[in-house]
Order: sequence, then structure tokens, then C-alpha cells
Amino acid sequence: MAGSTTMNGLAGSSEVRPRHATESLPFRWLWITIALLFVGLILILPLVTVIYEGLKKGVELYLTALIEPDAISALKLTLLVALIAVPLNTLFGVAAAWTITKFQFRGKNILLTLIDLPFAVSPVISGLVYVLLFGARGWFGPFLEANHLQIVYAVPGIILATTFVTFPFVARELIPLMQAQGKQEEEAAASLGAKGWHIFWHVTMPNIKWGLLYGIILCNARAIGEFGAVSVVSGHIRGETNTLPLHIEILYNEYQFSAAFAVASLLVALALVTLVAKSLIERRQQRAAARNRMN
Amino acid sequence: MTKLKSKRIRVLPGFGLTLGYSIFYLSIIVLIPLASLFVETANASWDKIWQTISDPRVIASYRVTFLSAFYAAVINVIFGLLLAWVLVRYKFPGKKLIDGIIDLPFALPTAVAGIALTAIYAENGFIGKLFAPLGIKIAYTQIGITIALIFIGLPFVVRTVQPVLQELDREIEEAAVTLGAYRWRTFRSVILPELTPALWTGFALAFARAIGEYGSVVFIAGNMPFKTEIAPLLIMTKLEQFDYAGATAIALVMLLSSFVMLLVINFLQWRSQHQAISE
Repeated sequence: MAGSTTMNGLAGSSEVRPRHATESLPFRWLWITIALLFVGLILILPLVTVIYEGLKKGVELYLTALIEPDAISALKLTLLVALIAVPLNTLFGVAAAWTITKFQFRGKNILLTLIDLPFAVSPVISGLVYVLLFGARGWFGPFLEANHLQIVYAVPGIILATTFVTFPFVARELIPLMQAQGKQEEEAAASLGAKGWHIFWHVTMPNIKWGLLYGIILCNARAIGEFGAVSVVSGHIRGETNTLPLHIEILYNEYQFSAAFAVASLLVALALVTLVAKSLIERRQQRAAARNRMN
Repeated sequence: MTKLKSKRIRVLPGFGLTLGYSIFYLSIIVLIPLASLFVETANASWDKIWQTISDPRVIASYRVTFLSAFYAAVINVIFGLLLAWVLVRYKFPGKKLIDGIIDLPFALPTAVAGIALTAIYAENGFIGKLFAPLGIKIAYTQIGITIALIFIGLPFVVRTVQPVLQELDREIEEAAVTLGAYRWRTFRSVILPELTPALWTGFALAFARAIGEYGSVVFIAGNMPFKTEIAPLLIMTKLEQFDYAGATAIALVMLLSSFVMLLVINFLQWRSQHQAISE
């Protein structure tokens, strides 16, 4: 164990390194200080601000803002949207990763690029395209109107726009992971007569479960927090087509700052849970990778 | 014959099913909706499109959007490099925590970031208060927009530079030192060239994201036409007036510039991979 680091050619601890191979101590602390100040100012201060502003006018007002009917219905709608969009994109992510990493076919790179498309599109445009399709003056507008169906400015539109925006997350996480793992194990299982679903569940799944979980968590965080796209296709009807981020916007624009920040603190909690889950999963993956190297 | 051949190539099952489903789902969720944008443009008269995108207010909004995105991306490249450097090379208490919090902008809903930043940089806010006596307004100016975009773009730069810095072969660096190079020279002529592709990629990713950003910007921008009105907001305004063609025209210009950025990113990644292979 002890010899393995030197064997890998990793230069050991800093004592053996010649002078000038790293910065002098004062410079090191200067860079660390600047970096920490920047992180504190840009990333940590906003977090603290949300909690502080939410609680500024007392715990009672904070709690009232959370259990108010409009907030509850916004929470319910947000969860419903995530509950539909995330599984849909997970199914797609697994299918796309399987097809891209286990097979050779023409146009694979085009498919890869197209999967990334929603990342390159402004959230506002992601909402706009659904208005063009399903809005009153859109392609399907007359048809929908004749049948008394409503998609945009209603819940289905919110679900569609959220699905669009969170489309690449799971696929993006799985493809590099499954690429790195190759397909020998699956091929061995297939040659032993295992069927497709069986191979996926018992051979592939154990290798990708943490990456998959991370993709789902990221997808979920974005689905719950999406603002721009949802804002375009939501009718902004309180208690009906308001998700949590839209509810925050309404409160804020009505100068109910404490209430806005109280609801925002829920989403801060979600963000922190996402970050913690991410680092736990990464640690697990590193440990698994280390185990594989040892074997 | 063909059966035998296909059997030899595809040992694993599920190719048709997964490829078919992927393409089907991609089409209904992404491709057909995006195509509507182009069809809408094709149906509109060129006069109308040109009239929209040459409107001084629209041009001003592009200026605000692209300039703020550019400033923010430049600042993110500088501080992103510093952060990646500090996280890879140094040891200090709380390092794991800082490393974890870098991804916050990916996880925090943009609207939350928007109202928090506005509260901080408004004239009575924690930091706005410090600058108000100097006559400097941050919130509701382009500075505020840029700060929101710095928040949004930071992880893109850190997370593209970090792995490259981690993999960097320190023996070359040490060789430079043995040859008598001082630290700054080693950094500039040995380390920086290795990091340049990653820095460009990070810049492009942060810039592309900033162009389209809406949620974190609308609150802090103040949304004054000609001054602090961003292009995504104008799309929103046009839609509220049921001016579909106008909204589409503005969107198309943004979309095309995003695609160009995406192509540049792919080219840079392809080039850096190519370099890695040829070495």
C-alpha cells in the first residue's frame, strides 16, 4: 500500500519537491483568501440572505407563508410536475445511454449532440416553442379549442416545458459512465444465455446505480426549480398553475418579501440536499473505483 | 448471410427498441417543438422579422444580454481558474465544503438566486449599502445583471478546469523548475497552455448559459428598456402581446448564437481530445 503511490509515479509530498515547484507560503494563502472571499460573496452570501430575510419578521410569519393555501397548492403542483417529468427523462436517459454505449451505428454523434440541445436553448425559448405549438394562435390551437382542451397556460404545458428543460440530465450522466465501463460484462452475460432485461438489471444496473441516482437528483432539482420556461407557459393563476418558483415571484412582486424568502428557503433546502447527495455519491464512486483498481 | 453478420456485430439485445424509443422521445419532446420555431419564422414575412430584430429596443436588449454575458464569462474564467487551482493544489480547512458548494448554481433555482442577489445588492442591501454613498448603484443596473450571470456561470469554468488540472503531469512542471524557471514563468509557459482548451470550453459554456439566462436576472435587472432589458425578457413581453412572430424572431437570433457556441464547444473538446490522443 505504502509503496503504491511512488509506483504510480505520483510525486509524493511537498518536502521532496524543489523550491519554486509550488508557490511560496504567503502567495498560497493570498490565493486561498481571494478564492474563499469570492466563494463567500458570490455563493454563500445569497444562501444566508434567503434564510435571514425569510426569518427577519419572525418565525410565525415564516411558518404562515409556508402553510398558506396558495403555497401548499404551488408545492403540490411542483411535486406533480417533477413526478411526471423526472421518470420520463430517466426512462429516456437509460434507453439512450444503452443504445449509444452498447452499439455502433451511423449518426451516433448527431444523436449525442441533439440530446444536449435543451442545454443550449434559453429557458424562455423552451417555453415559447410550446406556445407556438399549442397556444390559441399556435398550430394545434384551433384543434384544441374545438375539443375544449388546454395545454399551455395550464398544467400540461408546465409539465411539457419542464420535461424539455430537464431532458438531458440523466442521459448526460449515464453516457460517459457506461462508455467507461465498456460492454464486456454484458456480452459475457449474453453469451451465457441471459435475456436483455436480465442483463440490464443484474449486470449493468449494479455498475451504474450511483451515477443514475445522481442524474435523477440533478434532473429533479432542475424540474422543481425551473422558472423561465414554466413562467412562459403558466397562466400565473394562483392556486392553479403556479409552481413554487412562480409563487415566489408573485409574492416578491407584491412586496411580500418575508413570505417570498420563506418559500425560497424551501428551495434552498432542496439545493443543499442535492449538493450533499452529490458529494456522498461521488465519494462512493471513488471508493468503488479504488476497489476496482485493487482487484 | 446478413443475419449471421448482424448477429456477430450485435451480441447484446435491445438495439432496435432503445434506439427507436430514444429517437421517438427526442422527436416529440425536443425536435418537433424546436422545429415549430423555424416554421413560424418561415411563415412570417421577412419584413416583419427584419422590423423586429432591427428595432432599436431589441438591438439594445441584445447589447445588454451579450455584453453582460461576456463580462461575466471573463470574470468567471479568472476566478474559476483561481478556484480550480486552489482546490486541486492546496490544502486548507473547509476545502471539501467549498468544493461541494461550487455546484450550488446548478442546484439552486434561478428565481431564488435572483431575489437573494437583489436583496444583497439593492441600495439598502448588505453590499448595496456600502456602495450607495459612493453613488454606485449595483442592483437595477448592468453591474447587477453581470453579478447574477457570474453566479450562474461559475461552476461551468471550475468544473471544466478542475479535472484537467488534476490530470496535469507535474513532472513537466518540475523539469521546468530544475531548468531554473521561476514559478510565474512555469505557470505561464508550462501550465497555462495545458489549461487553455479547458478555459475556452468553460468560457463558452458560461457565456452560452448567460445569454439565455432569465430567472436570476429579471429580479436584479430592473428591466428598463434600452438600459437593463435583456433579450429573453423581450421575448416574454412580445408573447404577452400575442406577437408570436416578434417573439420568434428575437428567439431565433438567440438560438442561432447558442448553436454557434455549441459548435465551438464541441470543436474545442474534439481538439483537446485529439491532442491527447496524438501525444
